[in-house]
Amino acid sequence: MRQIDAASITDKVAEMVVRANVELPQDVLKALASALEEETSPAGREVLQQLLDNAALAKSTRLPLCQDTGLAVFFVELGNDCHVQGDLTEAINQGVRRGYKEGFLRKSACHPLTRANTGDNTPAIIHTDVVPGDGLTIRFMAKGGGSENMSRATMLTPAQGWKGIRDFVINRMAEAGPNPCPPTIVGVGIGGTFDQAPILAKKALFRPLDVPHPDPEIAAMEDELLAAINDLGIGPMGLGGKTTCLGVRINMAPCHIASLPLAVNVQCHSSRHLEVSIS
Amino acid sequence: MSKEYKLQTPLTDEDVEKLRAGDKVLLSGLVYTARDAAHKKIVTALEKGEEPPFPLQGAVIYYVGPSPAPEGRPIGSAGPTTSYRMDSFAPYLHSLGVKASIGKGKRNQAVKDALQTHKGVYFGATGGAGALISQCIEKARVIAYEELGPEAVRVLKVRDFPLLVINDAFGGELYAMPRLPTT
Repeated sequence: MRQIDAASITDKVAEMVVRANVELPQDVLKALASALEEETSPAGREVLQQLLDNAALAKSTRLPLCQDTGLAVFFVELGNDCHVQGDLTEAINQGVRRGYKEGFLRKSACHPLTRANTGDNTPAIIHTDVVPGDGLTIRFMAKGGGSENMSRATMLTPAQGWKGIRDFVINRMAEAGPNPCPPTIVGVGIGGTFDQAPILAKKALFRPLDVPHPDPEIAAMEDELLAAINDLGIGPMGLGGKTTCLGVRINMAPCHIASLPLAVNVQCHSSRHLEVSIS
Repeated sequence: MSKEYKLQTPLTDEDVEKLRAGDKVLLSGLVYTARDAAHKKIVTALEKGEEPPFPLQGAVIYYVGPSPAPEGRPIGSAGPTTSYRMDSFAPYLHSLGVKASIGKGKRNQAVKDALQTHKGVYFGATGGAGALISQCIEKARVIAYEELGPEAVRVLKVRDFPLLVINDAFGGELYAMPRLPTT
């Protein structure tokens, strides 16, 4: 049984929330750069260039990439032979409090009805899976509100199948238009239960843009949706062009014989996420 | 053919009348920040007959909730937030003299109509380019509703803030219409 001190988790989380908010992951930078090469719309090209300039400036000045530094979302994989000395949830929340303060990140968490800000961007949204082994892996995502608001979940009938899924995703992205800061990354969760589909969709957003789905059939579905979304012609920031979406990421799980749950989690171009393994 | 203009706030009817969807604008002067909670407070105050926190005549409202200013900088990251959430307030504010808003994303028909009726304009800035945009903000100061934190009303002094005219005062719109598949 491996022992991990809660204080070391707090330290790592504080560091990762700041770093994720000022450094865009390499795969996203690469995708934006190749989109710029492909894009033919002048306004679209200008936006993509601004986004690359913004990323370089954020990295050098440590100013956040976007003023919306998100709600703090975590996916934790805790090995069943790993013991945290202290409170894991509180350790993560403490890291969020410290990181958002020290990194001059915006605190966006508020009461849903009074809208009173909680003041420290907690509570974080934490999903925990227990996995074999003695490791502890923490994945963090700074999830902005503008793109999250464009996300949708629905319960299709089994008869609607792939066509129903395809229509729902494409219509959703057409309706979202310029609102979620395209070019977007689209997480799609298919199957599970009503509650599981959106979690599948959100988890899918962690897969790097240059790593195809290991199942070739699902990879082909991702390619099909990506091409269809880009055919909408919405373009960077909605100004027209070929680049409406940088990647579609599908996660699938078995579901009830009566159901076909579907969730679309929309991520803006500023796809800020980071993973750390704690030893 | 789109044109490029340098404009100074407060904006006048003449400023707005020369703008067409697709034009580029470099905006300088004072702009006021307000987003969801601030809009609700401003409109509630106006309906009670109280003074607004800034002069509405010719005003440009920037839909932004900046990140905190690190030492030595006037402001943190400061890109636009999604505008449709302010749609229910915008026509009323335009009727009282507000000339322009800055945000990102689509506006509803009521806002587009108000732009025509009251000679207004909707500017788009690049969403997610918050670090870059902050470079053209020279000063920032909270002037109302400090308790709202990032949503407090601020006055910003901007120089050559790069904007695009998304909706003009003549019904023109820059956003691309999605080409839906026919099948």
